[in-house]
Amino acid sequence: MPLTHLEPSPEQIEQEKVYRTMGLTEEEYQKVRKLLGRKPNYTETGLFSVMWSEHCSYKTSKPVLKYFPTTGKHVLQGPGEGAGIVDIGDRQAVVFKIESHNHPSAIEPYQGAATGVGGIIRDVFSMGARPVALLDSLRFGDLDNARVRYLFEEVVSGIAGYGNCIGIPTVGGELQFDPCYNGNPLVNAMCVGIMNHEDIQVGQARGIGNTVMYVGASTGRDGINGATFASEEISEKSDEKRSAVQVGDPFMEKLLVEACLELTKHEALVGIQDMGAAGLVSSASEMAAKAGVGIHMNLDLIPQRETEMTPYEMMLSESQERMLIVIKKGSEEEIKAIFARWGLHAVAVGEVIEEEVLRLEHKGRIVADVPSDALASAPVRHMPSQVPASYIENQSAPAWEPEIHNYEKTIKKLLSQPTLASKEWVTRQYDYMVQTNTVVAPGSDAAVVRVRGTKKGLAMTTDCNAKYLALDPGEGGKIAVAEAARNIVCSGAVPLAITDCLNFGSPENPEVFWQIDESVKGMAKACTVLETPVISGNVSLYNETDRGAIDPTPVVGMVGLVEDLDHVTTALFKHEGDLVYVIGEAKPEFGGSALQLLLDGKASGKAPALDLELEKCRQAQVLEAIKSGYVASAHDISEGGLAVAVAESAFGTELGCDLHFDKNPAEELFSETQSRYLITVPKAAQKEFETLIPDAVLVGAVTKSEQINLAFASSTVTLNRTELENEWRGALSCIMSAKN
Amino acid sequence: MKTAVIVFPGSNCDQDMYYAIKDGLGEEVDYVWHAETSLDGYDAVMIPGGFSYGDYLRSGAIARFAGIMPAVIQAAKEGKPVLGVCNGFQILLEAGLLPGAMLKNKHLKFICETVDLQVKNNDTQFTKLYDQDEIIRIPIAHGEGNYFCDDATLKKLQDNNRIVFTYSGKNPNGSRADIAGIINETGNVLGMMPHPERAADALLGSDDGLRLFQSILNHWRESAHAAYTS
Repeated sequence: MPLTHLEPSPEQIEQEKVYRTMGLTEEEYQKVRKLLGRKPNYTETGLFSVMWSEHCSYKTSKPVLKYFPTTGKHVLQGPGEGAGIVDIGDRQAVVFKIESHNHPSAIEPYQGAATGVGGIIRDVFSMGARPVALLDSLRFGDLDNARVRYLFEEVVSGIAGYGNCIGIPTVGGELQFDPCYNGNPLVNAMCVGIMNHEDIQVGQARGIGNTVMYVGASTGRDGINGATFASEEISEKSDEKRSAVQVGDPFMEKLLVEACLELTKHEALVGIQDMGAAGLVSSASEMAAKAGVGIHMNLDLIPQRETEMTPYEMMLSESQERMLIVIKKGSEEEIKAIFARWGLHAVAVGEVIEEEVLRLEHKGRIVADVPSDALASAPVRHMPSQVPASYIENQSAPAWEPEIHNYEKTIKKLLSQPTLASKEWVTRQYDYMVQTNTVVAPGSDAAVVRVRGTKKGLAMTTDCNAKYLALDPGEGGKIAVAEAARNIVCSGAVPLAITDCLNFGSPENPEVFWQIDESVKGMAKACTVLETPVISGNVSLYNETDRGAIDPTPVVGMVGLVEDLDHVTTALFKHEGDLVYVIGEAKPEFGGSALQLLLDGKASGKAPALDLELEKCRQAQVLEAIKSGYVASAHDISEGGLAVAVAESAFGTELGCDLHFDKNPAEELFSETQSRYLITVPKAAQKEFETLIPDAVLVGAVTKSEQINLAFASSTVTLNRTELENEWRGALSCIMSAKN
Repeated sequence: MKTAVIVFPGSNCDQDMYYAIKDGLGEEVDYVWHAETSLDGYDAVMIPGGFSYGDYLRSGAIARFAGIMPAVIQAAKEGKPVLGVCNGFQILLEAGLLPGAMLKNKHLKFICETVDLQVKNNDTQFTKLYDQDEIIRIPIAHGEGNYFCDDATLKKLQDNNRIVFTYSGKNPNGSRADIAGIINETGNVLGMMPHPERAADALLGSDDGLRLFQSILNHWRESAHAAYTS
């Protein structure tokens, strides 16, 4: 029974440097002392330690996040609130955000992943939007490792368990495997919602005297210090932090979604915010700081799941499915009635005060009294940066030349690599159809969800090829954004904006900080040129184990607008006789390619180069061709090159193709040169298409055949679709069933 | 025809069912809250899919005690069409309106995909517009869809032609005799794991499910007409 009298005194905290074990540095502790004008007590030290953790404060990444463009003509809400908002016309808007749950998932994969999904959903409905889709960007280590298979299987189950129960379709995402994620998987969840402009909410505690209410699940001891835990490297000791992982209850959250969406229509609602990382302390202090006010809260009134909870425990708990709301004084009973209908409690726990402090009362005593904006503004850290020797080495390395003896076998092997193989083993565990709006299901370039009652749809995708970033974070960062946009365009949509999840190693390592800096610069450049501003995001640092840091993995989540559902296009070949075009020339660019990883086991050399102006121009051309109705299928040529793109376009159909190329097969088939597309066009539209995109090269036609015939100047490669498809479709389930 | 879609806490296919009837079928439909006690004025009752009460206990085990359930049972007794889909099927089993029980899928994982169903009995008010033995494409999405019953029950179901749908080709969940949907003795209560309401709009891949709702409507019109003329 932990009692407050067992907590160290302010003097002990200072003398015994207790603050250090709580995650505060020497300088930070001194700053807290100065801000308070006295020594902080245990609860207050706890408040600062979580609020100033990297996870909550972005204190290390703030200087680089400034590079991102965050405004645009359609942006209604940029970074800073629960999620970003973009206008989609007709007084409607799309709301989205991506967030990481890497550290919890490394320790307790099922709950770690499940609560990651739960958290991002709350961010979206707290803005007033109904969540309509989920995406998950996942990275795991080598599947030969039993622990990695366990993590993989449980993370997928956790995502499925939460998303399926709450009834939001999981429509897309990505999944890659690489030994650099052994022991440190990446679990990034993205949620997309739709709302009317008039329902937009903010997390602000405006109006002196207004009532602060606590809604949703009770507070327990789960997840205490979760945010601090997420801001450390994963080590053997991480298992001891198991209690820092929260437990999810999707049923409770389903009730909370419905009740909160009813609440957002009520005129008494002033502000609403999710109790996510750092629970009550972050929601209360952020809501107060953003409105320039204070909050007085009586902790005795907080619904508690366990007995004898201390103020420290209550404030730092990360129990799930809770929200903090501020409502107009006097309307408490009406608000309680809304929640009661859903079987939920809404409890008045405090009020908005003029003095800009977060003041906590417990058993008749004031147990914490700290400036609200101080908690929300951690001192920014400027980290040293250093160019890694490996970067210089890779930049000056001679061009890598593949040695391929058997093209058929190489293609087959590529398609059965877990990263390139069919993800059906995963996606069939997700309910991707609930809400009956899923027009394009998982598996195509981007998923498409219709906006019910309109002709519009939303295309969505997540992307990041970390191998390019490992070789060249600047170029790789640009590519991550550009590839996401390409996927959106291929599905027939205009790219609108992005959300990002910056997964990196420890920023205290100057080489890692250089990676962060370069990646974000690259991404920012691409966002500016492609006019897709950053509207929300999340930073996850310290993704490393004793074996080192992960490859830089800044995941891009992008949403695009399908103006008319007639424009929706998929990657699959459609009809016999359609003409096959390749847009963009294959250059000998193999650095970080799937082929290089297959043949060499590691990435080396230069990442493919990206010309952003060319990228933009091609995207506009392809989108125009699709909107004009000239295109039967569209697929971007990315990981694995043309060979993989052609195979993926034929799988799941009764069709094959006959294609002819001038160059040598290695380059044509496996190059990962950027800004390239594989497009099929009905014969009737040939002239119009070629006029619109003069540099599209006609390479052959779709056939009613099992054969994929690829002819080169002095050789031919012949593939059997069924045989290849069986390899591709079965690879992942084969690994998972054989080894478990 | 006026249809009630029952909403339990945790129902998540209630809207899908609502729109299939409103937009797909073009008929009147209301949500009916689980705490209501009457279904007077409704011609058909739909129990949608989802995770009622979280399904942390056996699926449907708590929903059967909801305030609305006596009214659902009454509607079934009166001969009104009652359709339970997915979690709705599980609730009908728990409520004793249909025989048998649901087990976890054989491979223990949730499964979501569009499957081939065979219409084993097209002589019901739910399936008149299908051909006998027709193969239709309908989505499934469940973790506990492995239908089980004892030998005597199975024999009864078979002898009385009460197995309405079976999985064609691969059985996705291990259900007994490939059962995907069964009907009660009087032919007005249908429980099925696949989701016809997800196949009511060709834009989403299949509209094979729409004929199920149209069959109900046709039957209602005919019986209403019969009642008028008799």
